[in-house]
Amino acid sequence: MELTREEESALKGEQGETMQMAYRILVATGEATDAEKLIPIEWAHLSGVNYNTIGDAGEEFLSTISKDARVTVKTTLNPMGFDIDNVSNYKLDENFISKQLSIRNSYETMGVIPSFSCIPYEIFDIPKNGTQVAFAESNAAIHANSYDNLKTNKESAFSALASAIVGKSPYSSLRKEDTPNITIQMKVKNPNELTYGMLGFYAGKIGDTSVNISGLGEMDQRQCKAMCGGMGTSGTCAKFNFGDGDPNTEKIDFDEKEMQNVHDELNTAEKGDLITLGSPQLGLNEISDLTAKLKGRSFQKRCMVFLPRTVKEQAQKIGYITELERAGCEILSDCCTCLTPLICKDDVDAVTTNSIKGAFYLKNSNGVGVNLKSLKEIVEDETR
Amino acid sequence: MNKILVSGKVEGIILKSNDPINFLGTVDKKTGIISDKAHSLFEKSIKDSILVFPSGIGSSVGAYTIYSIKSNKTSPLAMICKKADLTVATGCALANIPLITISNEEFESIKTGMKILLDTDSTTPIHYQ
Repeated sequence: MELTREEESALKGEQGETMQMAYRILVATGEATDAEKLIPIEWAHLSGVNYNTIGDAGEEFLSTISKDARVTVKTTLNPMGFDIDNVSNYKLDENFISKQLSIRNSYETMGVIPSFSCIPYEIFDIPKNGTQVAFAESNAAIHANSYDNLKTNKESAFSALASAIVGKSPYSSLRKEDTPNITIQMKVKNPNELTYGMLGFYAGKIGDTSVNISGLGEMDQRQCKAMCGGMGTSGTCAKFNFGDGDPNTEKIDFDEKEMQNVHDELNTAEKGDLITLGSPQLGLNEISDLTAKLKGRSFQKRCMVFLPRTVKEQAQKIGYITELERAGCEILSDCCTCLTPLICKDDVDAVTTNSIKGAFYLKNSNGVGVNLKSLKEIVEDETR
Repeated sequence: MNKILVSGKVEGIILKSNDPINFLGTVDKKTGIISDKAHSLFEKSIKDSILVFPSGIGSSVGAYTIYSIKSNKTSPLAMICKKADLTVATGCALANIPLITISNEEFESIKTGMKILLDTDSTTPIHYQ
């Protein structure tokens, strides 16, 4: 990778340890992604916020670097472990809460907007077509590249942070015009968001950096988000190109059989003790839709609903939150299903969810069983 | 393709996985043991090995797991991949764990239990012993 004289000097440590670390990360990233140079970015979105995932090592690291590291571009933040408004309703110990608040404090000290959301593409204005950004959250990177006409690598927590500090990111293949060598042909009829989540999960296993995807009908926002979340979970792939692509690309069908394979991998229980909605977090449209679906009905078991704080505030004003709480929903902002410390296998055997991303982490990290159902089935089966 | 992502020099025993690794959620940070039943290294510890695997997969937060296992002294001595993904590259850069990529042919020939010297300053970074 070619560096300017100023960049070389920073890499040698002549602009301080923080800059040296940031450049070391950008260089490793650049080498990994065949970038020939660094380019300016306008927006960074950071992962590595939840104490449940970054642990003491992450907390101490952030505390140390926040003493002198400052972000130099607009920088937003992934969810943390809980919603401070109702954390006392859950069995989290003092240590968890204080470490999580330390992490929040470190990011705020560095100048990061405390958005605690995995759907930055839905709650912030999207910059003009082709803008270079650096998104770490995998579903957000895929959404930005595939639906928002932005350009990003599938950044790691560190490369996004380094990009936020330096204001530059490696010029890698996903930032250029790319031509995927695989086309996945969607063959499943009457898909719902669960189907699209499984399609994304399947595509992520097969694709390298990007895939063509054909045969998709009209998709709503929930289905688009589900597909991005599924893909981000299973592989390194970070972009859908819609259409058949080049005639010479390898064609692979996603049919009932392939879908069943993904379902069998992630669906490990026949029923759940509680329900989670979110991963990715729900936006205002989904909250509005959920409120309508639950009109006159109530959940017969716990249902956790994850959404960004800004969406919660908007939904409160409109009256959705009161309605959802009446129907038995637990409303949680600033956090999400993915790697939540609020679901513990000591209390819960299995969780029902419509999120493929959530299912993967509930199964592998929380160690609980997973029962996959679409939102429609959840409302039909679990409410009265 | 051979690339040097993070430089360094270490000697150790190969632990190879033909499955990719999702560091977030499938590696126990305290012990370095793989906890995903579907993974070919299930119940094996990656601590102090030279870990050979195709690439990292999954959530970007996995980079912190690599930093964490280094802090907990349960990390591999070095990592060798077929393809360097961003999570593994940056995690290794920060944790200062040497990381290189190798060709498909070399990946096929390298086996668990082999003793090697990894030296990124050498023209052939892997020396079989």
